[in-house]
Amino acid sequence: MSALTKNLSLLVGAIALCALPFLVEDFRVFQINLVLIYAIAILGLNILTGFGGQISLGHGAFYAVGAYTSAILITQLGMSSYLTLPIAGLVCFLLGVLMGFPALRLAGHYLALATFALAIATPQLLKYKPIEHYTGGVQGLVLEKPMPPFELTIFGNELSEDRWLYFVILIVGIFLFWIANNLLSGRVGRAIVAIRDQPTAAAALGVNLTFIKTATFGLSAAYTGIAGALSALAVAYIAPDSFPSFLSISLLVGVVVGGLGSIPGAIFGALFIQFVPNVADQISKSAPWAVYGAMLLALAYAAPNGVMGIVNKFIKRRQT
Amino acid sequence: MKQKQKRLSSFLVATALTLGSGVAFAQPYDTGATDKEIKIGNTNPYSGTFSAYGSYGKAQAAYFKKINDDGGINGRKINFVTLDDSFSPPKTLEQARRLIEQEKVLFLFATLGTAPNSAIHKYVNQKKVPHLFVQTGASKWDDPKNFPWTMGWQPNYLSEGRVFAQAILESQPNAKIAVLYQNDDSGKDLLAGLIAELGDKKNMIVATETYESTDPTVDSQMVKLKSSGADVFINGTGPKFAAQAIKKAAELGWKPAQYVWQVSSSIGGVLEPAGLDNSVGVVSSAFYKDPSDPQWKNDPAMLEYDAWLKKYIPGADPTDGFYISGYINAQTVAHVIKQAGNNLTRANIMKVASSINDLQLPSLLPGVNVQTGPDDFSPIERMQLARFDGKAWVLLGKTYGR
Repeated sequence: MSALTKNLSLLVGAIALCALPFLVEDFRVFQINLVLIYAIAILGLNILTGFGGQISLGHGAFYAVGAYTSAILITQLGMSSYLTLPIAGLVCFLLGVLMGFPALRLAGHYLALATFALAIATPQLLKYKPIEHYTGGVQGLVLEKPMPPFELTIFGNELSEDRWLYFVILIVGIFLFWIANNLLSGRVGRAIVAIRDQPTAAAALGVNLTFIKTATFGLSAAYTGIAGALSALAVAYIAPDSFPSFLSISLLVGVVVGGLGSIPGAIFGALFIQFVPNVADQISKSAPWAVYGAMLLALAYAAPNGVMGIVNKFIKRRQT
Repeated sequence: MKQKQKRLSSFLVATALTLGSGVAFAQPYDTGATDKEIKIGNTNPYSGTFSAYGSYGKAQAAYFKKINDDGGINGRKINFVTLDDSFSPPKTLEQARRLIEQEKVLFLFATLGTAPNSAIHKYVNQKKVPHLFVQTGASKWDDPKNFPWTMGWQPNYLSEGRVFAQAILESQPNAKIAVLYQNDDSGKDLLAGLIAELGDKKNMIVATETYESTDPTVDSQMVKLKSSGADVFINGTGPKFAAQAIKKAAELGWKPAQYVWQVSSSIGGVLEPAGLDNSVGVVSSAFYKDPSDPQWKNDPAMLEYDAWLKKYIPGADPTDGFYISGYINAQTVAHVIKQAGNNLTRANIMKVASSINDLQLPSLLPGVNVQTGPDDFSPIERMQLARFDGKAWVLLGKTYGR
C-alpha cells in the first residue's frame, strides 16, 4: 500500500466513524457505545492473556472498580465525568500491580483460580456495609449522563447524549488502542511475549521478569478499569448486580473469540459478547445459554484462532 | 424534546394520510397501539443466576396468548415482547431502550427485579413511557411525585410491616415487640411500615437488631432480643437467617408470637431447616391463593388457573408460585387495557392505571384487592395472615392492610 492510499483510507475511515452515529438511531448508538467499551476492556485483558500468557478470570472486578471509582468521584465530589476516567485507570493500575505480585508465584490454572476468586468476591464486597455510604450498597448509584457541550444536527439527527458519549468513548478508545499498538510492537511488547514463551531465556537476556509481569498486570487492569468507568457513564446507573462474576468470563470469551494476541481482534470479541446473547434470547427463551454455548462451540470450530485468525489467513492468501 | 414530539406527530399524521383509508386517525393512539394490536414490552432474567424468575415472564406471555386466542382485548391482540436481561442492570437498560426506541412499545409492564428496574427508572420517566406493575417488593416504586410513570404491584415490604402491626395491635395490644431485620432497604422498609402503623404506640417496639447478609449467624442478635423481654418477634430476615432465628428462639426457650415475612415463608427452604416442631405457630402473610394449598382444590379460579397452566405452559411445575403471581399481574394489566378502551395514549394508560377502584381478581385471596389512586402507586396492599400448623400454612381468614 502506498503512502497516499494509506492516508486516503485513513481519512475515509475517520469520516465514516464520525458519520456513523448520525446514520443510526439513538438506541443503536447506545449499543455501539457498549461495543466500544467492551473492546477496550477486552484489549486490556488481551494484553495480559494474549500477549502475556497469564489467564485472568477476574477482570470483571477491575471493570467494576473502574466504574465505581468514576461514579463515586462524580456523586461524592461532583467531579467532571471526563476527569474521572484517568483516575479510574490509575486506581485500577495500582490494584492490578498488587494483583500482579501473587501472579508472579502462581502460574497457569492457579492464577486463573486466584483471579476468579476476585470476580466472585467483588459483587459481595460492593455491598459491604461500612462503604455503603459511598457505593450506595445494594441499591447502587444513579448518575447523570454527560451533556453534549454544543448543539449540532447532522442528517436530521441531533447530537444527543448518547451520540456525544460515542465521540468521547471513540477518542478514548483510539488513544488506548494507539498506545497498546505502540507498546506491544516495540521493546516492551517483545519482552512481554518473550516472558510468555520462554521465561528462562527472557530472564537470561536481561528482561526484568518481576517488573514486566507486574506492569503488564497493572496496564491490563487499567485498560479494563477505564472501560468500566466509561460503562458507568453510558449506562448512568451502577449496582453490584451490574458486575456478576459471569462478566469476567464474558471478557475472556471476547478475547478468545477475537483472537488471542491480536489488537484489532478486541473489536470482534466485543461484537460477539454484546450481540450474541441478544440473538440467543431471540432463538430460545427456555435455554438462551445453551444457544450461546452452541454458537461459541461453532465459532471455536470454524475459527480456532479467533476471528482475527480467519482475517489474517484471508489477507495472507490475497498477498501470495 | 417538544420539537421531537412535534416532528413525531407530524410524521405520524403524514403517514396516516398517505396510508389513506383503513386508518382511523380519529383514534387517539400513541406509538405501539393500533386498531389491531397493542404492543407491550417486558424484561425478565431468562438466563443467569436468577433465571428461576423467568417463570414470571413465561406466565405473562402465556396469559396474553390465552387472551389473544379468546379474541384479544376490545378487539385488539396483545403483542407481548419479552426480552432477557440476565438480571444485569446495564442489559436491562439496553433492552428497555430497544423496546421503547426500536420495538416502539406502548408501555413497559412487569419488568423484573429491584436493581434492573432502578437502572431504567429515570430513563422511562424522562421518556414518559408507562412503567407498570414492576415485579419487585421495594417501596420506591410508589413515588408518583418524582416518578409519575412508574408503578409497583405486589405488596411491598412497607405494606407488609403495616399488616403485621395491625394484626399485633388487634391480638396483643400491650405486646412488647422485638424486630430482627436485614440491614438493607427491604428490611428498613419493613420496620418503617411497622412504625408507621403503630403510630403513637411505636414504643411497643422494645428492641431491634440487624444483621448483614454476610454474617455467619444471627445467634447473638437472638440472645439480645430475648433478653429484651419481648413477647412478639418479627422475623424480617432472608431465608437462611429466618431458619436460624426460629431455631435459635426454640433453643433459647423463648416463646414469643412469631411473625416471619413472606420472603421467608417457604416450608422447604425455611421451616424444615428450622425444625418443623420449632415452627408450629409461626405466622406469615400471603396475598394470592397458593396453588399447592388443598383448600383451593375446587375453587373455580384455581381450576381455571390449573387448566390454563396445563394448556399454555405444558410441563410447568404447578406449585411454582412465580407462575401464579405473573398470571395475576397479567390479569391486572389486562384490566387496565380494557378500561383504557380506545383511548390508547400513554397518558391515558397511566391515568387508568392510577385510578383502579377496588378491583377483585379471583386468584387473589378473599378480601385482597387492587386499588390505586393519583397519590397511591401501590396496587396491592392487603394481605392475609397464615399460621403454620406443623404441616402447612393455614389461612387465618382476616384481611389486613389498606
